[in-house]
Amino acid sequence: MQVSRIALCAAAFGLITTGAQAEISDNTIKIGVMNDQSGLYTDLGGPGSVEAVRMAVEEIGGEIAGAKIEVLSADHQNKPDIGSSIARQWIDQEGVDVIVDVPNSGVALAVSKLTGENDVAFLNSGAATTRLTNEDCQPTTVHYTYDTYALAIGTGKAMVEEGGKSWFFITADYAFGHSLEQDTSNVVKENGGEVLGTVRHPLSSSDFSSYLLQAQGSGAQVIGLANAGGDTTNTIKQANEFGIVQSGQQLASLLIFLTDVDSLGLDVAQGLTLTTGFYWDRDEESREFAKRFAERMNGQQPTMVHAGVYSGMKHYLAALAEIGDDGGKAVVDQMKKMPINDFFAKDGVIREDGRMVHDMYLARVKAPGDSSGKWDYYEILRTIPGDQAFQPLSESRCPLVTQ
Amino acid sequence: MRRLSTNLGFGVLFLAFMLAGPYLGLYPVFLMKLLCFALFACAFNLMIGFVGLLSFGHAAFFGMAAYVTGHAMLVWALPPLLSILLGVLVGAALGLGFGLLAIRRQGIYFAMITLALAQMVYFFALQAPFTYGEDGIQGIPRGTLFGLLDLNETMNLYYLVLAIFAVGFLVIYRIVHSPFGEVLKAIRENEQRVISLGYDVNLFKLAAFTLSAGLTGLAGATKAIVFQAATLTDVHWQMSGEVILMTLLGGMGTIWGPVVGSAVIVTLQNYLAGFGSWVTVVTGAIFVVCVLTFRRGMVGELVHLLRPRPRVEPEPKPAERAGEAD
Amino acid sequence: MTELLGIPPQLLFGQLLLGLINGSFYAVLSLGLAVIFGMLNVINFAHGALYMTGAFVAWLLLSYLGIPYWAALVLAPLVVGLLGILLERTMLSRLYKLDHLYGLLLTFGLALIIEGLFRNAYGVSGQPYPIPSWLQGGFNLGFMFLPVYRGWVVLASIVICFGTWFLIERTRLGSYLRAAVENPQLVRAFGINVPLMMTLTYGGAVALAGFAGVLAAPIYQVNPLMGQQMIIVVFAIVVIGGLGSIMGSIVTGLGVGVIEGLAKTFYPEGSATVVFVLMAIVLLLRPHGLFGRTRT
Repeated sequence: MQVSRIALCAAAFGLITTGAQAEISDNTIKIGVMNDQSGLYTDLGGPGSVEAVRMAVEEIGGEIAGAKIEVLSADHQNKPDIGSSIARQWIDQEGVDVIVDVPNSGVALAVSKLTGENDVAFLNSGAATTRLTNEDCQPTTVHYTYDTYALAIGTGKAMVEEGGKSWFFITADYAFGHSLEQDTSNVVKENGGEVLGTVRHPLSSSDFSSYLLQAQGSGAQVIGLANAGGDTTNTIKQANEFGIVQSGQQLASLLIFLTDVDSLGLDVAQGLTLTTGFYWDRDEESREFAKRFAERMNGQQPTMVHAGVYSGMKHYLAALAEIGDDGGKAVVDQMKKMPINDFFAKDGVIREDGRMVHDMYLARVKAPGDSSGKWDYYEILRTIPGDQAFQPLSESRCPLVTQ
Repeated sequence: MRRLSTNLGFGVLFLAFMLAGPYLGLYPVFLMKLLCFALFACAFNLMIGFVGLLSFGHAAFFGMAAYVTGHAMLVWALPPLLSILLGVLVGAALGLGFGLLAIRRQGIYFAMITLALAQMVYFFALQAPFTYGEDGIQGIPRGTLFGLLDLNETMNLYYLVLAIFAVGFLVIYRIVHSPFGEVLKAIRENEQRVISLGYDVNLFKLAAFTLSAGLTGLAGATKAIVFQAATLTDVHWQMSGEVILMTLLGGMGTIWGPVVGSAVIVTLQNYLAGFGSWVTVVTGAIFVVCVLTFRRGMVGELVHLLRPRPRVEPEPKPAERAGEAD
Repeated sequence: MTELLGIPPQLLFGQLLLGLINGSFYAVLSLGLAVIFGMLNVINFAHGALYMTGAFVAWLLLSYLGIPYWAALVLAPLVVGLLGILLERTMLSRLYKLDHLYGLLLTFGLALIIEGLFRNAYGVSGQPYPIPSWLQGGFNLGFMFLPVYRGWVVLASIVICFGTWFLIERTRLGSYLRAAVENPQLVRAFGINVPLMMTLTYGGAVALAGFAGVLAAPIYQVNPLMGQQMIIVVFAIVVIGGLGSIMGSIVTGLGVGVIEGLAKTFYPEGSATVVFVLMAIVLLLRPHGLFGRTRT
């Protein structure tokens, strides 16, 4: 009993102790991977992200300076309350040092706040909202893979330039959808387009027909899908069923992952324009990572979220090894000092607001005839340089940014 | 007299355990969650156990109180006790509203009307701007008690929550054992007779429902401060189902039943959290077993075993048959 | 473009038609619920879960045994019906003498078990079920593009609903059923096996839910949560129509679908709430529902 009492006190005053000492607390580095493992975002992150973290840990030998690395994982079921209570328990009871992935912007914002208060690092790959690096930024949070600004600049701009001037949005009604709709509307308007209307649907809907009907009734040239995962694939399938594309309107899948394209099939998905932070078949290095990943995941190729989790994890562990301290802010500060050069990013930099800046890619889904088989889905149209892809630091609303 | 001393004994034991809990290595956040749900179940029990009306809409009071308290703390920066009081008032006001619409109906009709009304509240919570829809209100500050005690200190908060529970529980105990409570129990047993005695039965029911809703609000408001979040989970109808289960499992119409029931369920949820949806399956199975084999609940069966009475105990009777009303 | 009340007619008629399609599902489900309540005096909370089971059986038949849609349309309701008979015999039948609320609580528990099992096995992201090839494509109705499959859903639902209504209200078997509800002792005295009739009624009514599940599979994807999303609305419909009234539940089911369609056109934010508002109003004005009979 005595022991657990001490442990509890240690947990209660964890903030003070971990902050004061430059060492690895309880001589273990605990990594908590939290994401959707049963719902609509399972395929794009889920068990794949856990496996990506394990790969990164195994490659550096499972320990740093004698401290063992442990990996935990949990399913937040896309509910912010479940996510934050898991995070709280991890921090208070397990002594977790870094929380990784966390798709679903609503959950990510809750976790970011908690990790910030408790000096635990937060390495986000799965979530999209730009709030993570703006009004809700934290010195312990790194937003690694992509965000809604980059998606809007990529897909949104490309479609307006191709003549899609009037837009109607079908938006997932939570932090992510709002953020993506907002950022894309801005891009559309800046480039001379207009937004005719918007309709919001609950997360994880099954029937999109009435929303599609509203979109059709608006007469907009482009229907922007400000949703993700299963919601996006369902919207696209039903748009197909109701003959939306055949009658002349274009779909803008603002956020679509490799696994979504796989579940849609190329017949339905062909021709969609999309923005991605990673494509497995882009160069030698990306193919090499993808091969190792696929071997462990029954042949599934990595999405940009998986690649971001792996690359971010390697970077975190390298920074931790450099300073020998597992305090959240200390490691993240170190991560910000070191450039990232790997299969995922060339000269990637983590800015003071926590945004990892790297090149993004504008891609188009291949027609069935042009694809050589399963997972050969994208044709990369062009590279969007990092300094254009992400929100300039001068526009940041993050209090950490000194202006 | 004997009943009083037994209850007092239990009370002291429970309080002692709760005071010591954190020092026995129990996770304080877990204990606080348990206390919130125990209070919720006790408040719910006031209706089902002592008036005999099954409400399937208590999540509305629980959740809306959580939202209002969260909003008061986060946006209006009110002190914690005042914010909780606001939550209680909102719970009670909603309860009054529900009650005015539903209280004349009985049995299944009452259950279904409260369910439908709660569903309206759910959709309101989904749409209203101050609840932030699917994201919920997050990062609710815990504040400082009387400007002195920092509630971010887990143990300070813990003792506050324990005190709130104790107050809520005592209020319920007083209600049940007051003349007012005796009338409620009489209504449960034989409504016609109470009417014939000249009581305005509906007024009594409405008062009980409002009190139950207000106390539920107290539980929801406290939960919002403990978890620093108020989300759609709190207003969803499954929350109403959960509280029914806690009360049913512990024993409807007993003072300690809901506390025991919620302790069992919250502990179970905690241990099964890592096993995906098995939590749902186990919860459902407990429901089925309860209904089929021990409808008196854990505490109810125990009381029944310990005090066999000469006359035949009727089956516990949560409500009159539907359709006999009006 | 001419407009009605500021709304393009295409949009209005389109939403009404979609409402009718949703209403078809409501009608089939609330019909089963009404039959069960009428005959067994049980509010079947597991109805949504059994609807979902129907969809899953169809999906499992297709993906593991290659059994096509039309066969699943017969087989899945059979499987669900048998499951219902099993549940009724082993559990539900023990509760008939008790308060109705116990039936509600038992079936609530059953719903959680069934849903949890499917969630464990298949997650909640939804399994795709392809529209059978002979029901693909669509008609251009001028005001909207109607996929053939959705037209088929409306047709099949209406046929099933009125078939059931006819069976209960207009046949000899139906008259036994209705008599058994009014006076079980008397009917038993005539040598009719009342418990067996109740079992078959429950089995038959949940088979209807299974049938609706198969119809829904290609539209909504096969998802463990699909029943849960439906059941509360269907409850409200049964209450509006009048507990136990068969025709009431059919008409109300279709009607509520259409009203939801209207709400989606004029006030989309309120479309999910409109059915509950209706229910509150109906209960205040007509406590036994629109078509309910006061039973003594």
